[in-house]
Amino acid sequence: MKYIDEFRDGELARGLSEAIRREARPDRRYHFMEFCGGHTHAISRYGVADLLPDNVEMIHGPGCPVCVLPIGRVDQAIRLALDNDVILCAYGDCLRVPASGGLSLLRAKASGGDIRMVYSSADAVELARQHPDRQVAFFAIGFETTTPPTAVAIKQALALGLKNFSVLCCHVLTPPAMMAILNAPERIAIEGFVGPAHVSTVIGSRPYEPFAQQYGKPVVIAGFEPLDVLQAIRMLVRQVNDGRAEVENEFTRAVDRDGNRKAQALVDEVFELREIFEWRGLGVLPNSALRLRPAFAEFDAELRFGSAYQPVDDHKSCECAAILRGLKRPTECKLFGNVCTPENPVGSCMVSSEGACAAHYTYGRYRDA
Amino acid sequence: MRDYSRPLDLKNGRVEMAHGAGGRAMAHLIEALFARRLDNEWLAQGDDGAVLPAPGAGRLVMATDSHVVSPLFFPGGDIGCLAVHGTINDVAVMGARPLWLSAAFILEEGFPLGDLARIVDSMALAAKEAGVPVVTGDTKVVERGKGDGVFITTTGVGILPAARELSGRRARPGDAILVSGTLGDHGMAIMAGRDSLGFESPILSDTAALHGLIDALHECGAELHVLRDPTRGGLATTLNEIARQSGVGMLLQEKAMPINPLVAAACEFLGLDPLYVANEGKLVAICAENDALALLAALRAHPLGVHAAIIGSVHEDPNHFVQMATTLGGKRIVDWLTGDQLPRIC
Amino acid sequence: MCLAIPAQVVELRAGDNALVDLAGVRKEISLALVDGIAVGDYVIVHVGYALNKLDPEEAAKTLALFAEIGQFDAGQMVH
Repeated sequence: MKYIDEFRDGELARGLSEAIRREARPDRRYHFMEFCGGHTHAISRYGVADLLPDNVEMIHGPGCPVCVLPIGRVDQAIRLALDNDVILCAYGDCLRVPASGGLSLLRAKASGGDIRMVYSSADAVELARQHPDRQVAFFAIGFETTTPPTAVAIKQALALGLKNFSVLCCHVLTPPAMMAILNAPERIAIEGFVGPAHVSTVIGSRPYEPFAQQYGKPVVIAGFEPLDVLQAIRMLVRQVNDGRAEVENEFTRAVDRDGNRKAQALVDEVFELREIFEWRGLGVLPNSALRLRPAFAEFDAELRFGSAYQPVDDHKSCECAAILRGLKRPTECKLFGNVCTPENPVGSCMVSSEGACAAHYTYGRYRDA
Repeated sequence: MRDYSRPLDLKNGRVEMAHGAGGRAMAHLIEALFARRLDNEWLAQGDDGAVLPAPGAGRLVMATDSHVVSPLFFPGGDIGCLAVHGTINDVAVMGARPLWLSAAFILEEGFPLGDLARIVDSMALAAKEAGVPVVTGDTKVVERGKGDGVFITTTGVGILPAARELSGRRARPGDAILVSGTLGDHGMAIMAGRDSLGFESPILSDTAALHGLIDALHECGAELHVLRDPTRGGLATTLNEIARQSGVGMLLQEKAMPINPLVAAACEFLGLDPLYVANEGKLVAICAENDALALLAALRAHPLGVHAAIIGSVHEDPNHFVQMATTLGGKRIVDWLTGDQLPRIC
Repeated sequence: MCLAIPAQVVELRAGDNALVDLAGVRKEISLALVDGIAVGDYVIVHVGYALNKLDPEEAAKTLALFAEIGQFDAGQMVH
């Protein structure tokens, strides 16, 4: 597969691994947070940690939209299906997230809810078109990569004059989440960030510049493949060694400073900022999430069905919050691996294959043995 | 042979409740659609059960499988041949020679008779090519909406020679782990036809009867410890099962995994891992270390094993982990499948 | 972030769609988020939409850089 296989080459990986080993100063420790869940997955799935020297450590960040989705939001989706007889369309990732009352979207489906997995928001619009007698709602989760597709779907529904299509909008933004990590009262050692790959193709590299400037933390945007991640880590090591704090771009084949202006404009046309939004693990953050603009209010599922968000507490012993902030490791959660497993997830970090807990459990727990 | 007033309308006819009611309509369906196609002396007798010769020396192996695949017709096969192959394979991986099959159908009212005929023809062909007849069967009809077109359950019986002992409990530290060919073909062939997730590709299901291949393995003289066909849940699930049954760990080499580039690409599109995708015509074989090359040669010499490979080895591990050295040079676990493998967006 | 794959555009279709190919597997996706895509271009595909065009020159440069890094002598001081 072109542009994929070459970036997974074992020989080149060895070379990069050696380079990191050479450049990492033996007298210091490096802690980098990979913000994006896709990177967490790649690191675990390829065993990248085995290719890093002991003094370079990766901390998993909150960039997994399933992991930061609060229980209350999944509840809203479930209620639409069970109470309002809506055809609820969702991406595969969120079907297993545990919500209130022992339910998940998958369990709600087993209870009779008409819940359908879709690959694309366009498929939800198509379903609405095919079933004019039913209400179809799309559970729109995701960071800035996934938001433009939702915008397109809404405009499509408008153009088609669909009266039975709506969106439960839970799209969130990356920079506020990064800021929440940097502003955290607890001091965790993070010397730099591996910036998200595909979010950056949409938003460009510019939004990260304040973090480098104001917080003095280097950010290197990395492509999606393991070689990209290794190279980005190497670039971070160099910045730290040099005492620099800049935004660098490793993913030059798909990211530039401006990003995708067309996608940004579409998002801006359809969505506006929510003043506040609750994130799992990061708490309530201002201007960190989106809702539909008044011009598109007819497609807002929360308005159409009077669906309101009710905050729900996480399980008392669930450490997802601390883990999402990089404060704790999965193995430091009392529930990890015994009560909370991928089969029976207590928190969402264990559901998504990009959650720190699931990634560690699925790919890396042999290291704990 | 009774004469019926009208031949079955295979072009436009559909399954009706009467076809399952035990009366004339059902007899007609069985005779015209099933018995005529599956065509053997036992079905021709039309009795409730098949009278079969008791096998001589050795032990009996019995296996059963229900088939609920959707779509019913997929690239490379259909529910009919799948039902035949699947149960033959379950019997054969126990080391037994498959002798006879039974087939029970649950039909949904309204299911097109033409499609049913196609399915039965496919079963008949698969059974004939495998040399394993369907000697007895059953038909039931459920109301429209209560069944997904057709469900098929097949049971198979085979004879196991006295000396042979294959079991998931017999993998030992030092053993070599082999697979007979490319992984994930069946699951991705099915996925291609799915509504939202679908894609266009020439991927074909690998559904096949493996007893001929397995005979070749027994004949090559290798000390075989475990034979299994990795179906639902893929290779990863099968290896984890064996690791737990045998109380051992495994180390796999990602580089060695035979995967059709088309399957790899389709998995990339959907964020799936081919190690967890279903197969319907592949074997996992675990043998004594010294016999690995002989076993590999025997596999590769057979048309169903041309892409066979040695993919890893067994070692001591109280945790029973299945680990894998990645193409990148790192290590990871290949864990049990959790729930259904769901395509990722992230 | 988020699973996206580079695929080649093999056919432009009605309604701002395109047929893309990844090593022989083809899927119809939307070009609504990008401009100026021609057959032969590589795009990054996420949940059924092309997000961006992939720059083959930059890809080549990145790979060349990886190869070069791997060839540094152990003795060379890299700073």
